[in-house]
Amino acid sequence: MQDSDGKRMLWVDHMLRIRDDQDQTAFAELFDHFAPRVKGFLMKSGADASLAEECAQEVMATCWHKAHMFDPARASVATWIFTIARNRKIDVLRKQRRPEPEDLGWGPEDEPDQADVMALQQESEQLGRAIAELPPAQRELIQKAYFGDLSHSEIADQTGLPLGTIKSRIRLALERLRHAMK
Amino acid sequence: MEQKITHHLTDEILMAYAAGTLPEAFNLMVATHVSLCDECRAVVESYDALGGEVLDQTPGNDVALTPGSFAATMALIAGGAPDEIRAQRPKDAVLPQPLLDYVGGGLDTVKWRSVGMGVKQAILPTSSDASARLLYIPAGTAMPDHGHNGTEMTMVLQGAFQDEDDYFARGDVEVADSDLHHTPVADIHEDCICLAVTDAPLRFEGLLPKIAQRFARI
Repeated sequence: MQDSDGKRMLWVDHMLRIRDDQDQTAFAELFDHFAPRVKGFLMKSGADASLAEECAQEVMATCWHKAHMFDPARASVATWIFTIARNRKIDVLRKQRRPEPEDLGWGPEDEPDQADVMALQQESEQLGRAIAELPPAQRELIQKAYFGDLSHSEIADQTGLPLGTIKSRIRLALERLRHAMK
Repeated sequence: MEQKITHHLTDEILMAYAAGTLPEAFNLMVATHVSLCDECRAVVESYDALGGEVLDQTPGNDVALTPGSFAATMALIAGGAPDEIRAQRPKDAVLPQPLLDYVGGGLDTVKWRSVGMGVKQAILPTSSDASARLLYIPAGTAMPDHGHNGTEMTMVLQGAFQDEDDYFARGDVEVADSDLHHTPVADIHEDCICLAVTDAPLRFEGLLPKIAQRFARI
C-alpha cells in the first residue's frame, strides 16, 4: 500500500517532467499505466474496441498538451486523466457538449505548495484504499455508476445512481478530500 | 458580494455530473450552480476523485492496446494541440460563464419569448433528453405552474422567489420531483430570472392559463 502512495507522487512528478521538459520517457511510463485503463473504461462505457483505442490515444495526447493545466494540489493524476476521458466519452459517445463551471480566479500559474500537494495525494490514496476494501458487489456498483452501465434494477432513483451503496468509509474519505481541496 | 447559498444541489446530481451520466441540460444546471457555489464545487471534485480511483483500479492488463498505439499517440502530439474553443466573453452580472456559452452572449442578448402575464422564457440549445430554459418573472408574479413529471431544478440568477416554506435567492436551487406541489412567487423587490431544467417533456400549451397574478392588492 505504501507502494501505491509512492506511485501517486511518482505520477505527479512525471506530469511535471512532461510539462517542464517534454520528457518522453516519463510520458511513456504514464502511457503504459493509463492508456489501457482509459481504453478499458471507454469500452465498459459502451465504445467498441477501435473507437476506445482512438479515444484513449486522444486522451493521452491531451495529457501532454494540457500538462500545464494539471494542479497536483487539487487532483491526483488518475483523477485528472479520468476527467479528460469522461469529457471525451460525452463528446464522442453521447455526442453532447459538456458545460464546465466558470474557472476559479486562481490557477496553476502559481506553483502549488508542496504540503498541499502531499495532503491531497495522501487523501486520494485513502479514498483508493477505501474503495479497494469494499465488498466486491459494492465496489462493482460504484464502478458501474461511473461507466454508466447500471441495470434498471440497480438504479436507486431518477438520477440513475446507487448512492446508498457508498459506505461510510468512502463518505469519510470523500469528506476529508473536500477539506484538503479548500 | 454574493449572499450565502443555502439551497444546494443533491449529492446524487453532483456525483452523476462527475460520472458524466446526466443529460446535457442537467450538466448545464450543475456547471452554472458550481460557478457560484464553492461548496458544491468541492463536492463535484471529490466525486471526480472517486472516478479517478475507479479508473486507476480498472484492470489495465486485460485490455490490449493496438500495436503502435504509443507511436500513434506521439504522432498526435506532434500534430499540435487542438484549438481551445471556449470563447472569452465579458463577465455578466447575472449569467455565469456556462450560461454565456449557451446563450451566446450576455443577458442583453437573450432572445426572450413572451408566455403571457409578463412572464418570458428562452429555451437553451441542449440535447433533447432534457430541456433547459431561462425564465423571466416580473416581481411579485407567481411562477408558471409546471407540473413536475420528472425531476425539475430551478436556480435563481437574479431577484428571488419564495414558496410556502422557503426563500430562494441568487445561486439557490430548488430540486423538485413529482411529489412537490407548491406555488413559488417572485419576490416583490426585483424581477426574477431563473434557470430551469427538467427531464419531463416540455408542455408549451397550458402554461399560460395557469399563471396567476399575485399580490393583486398592491
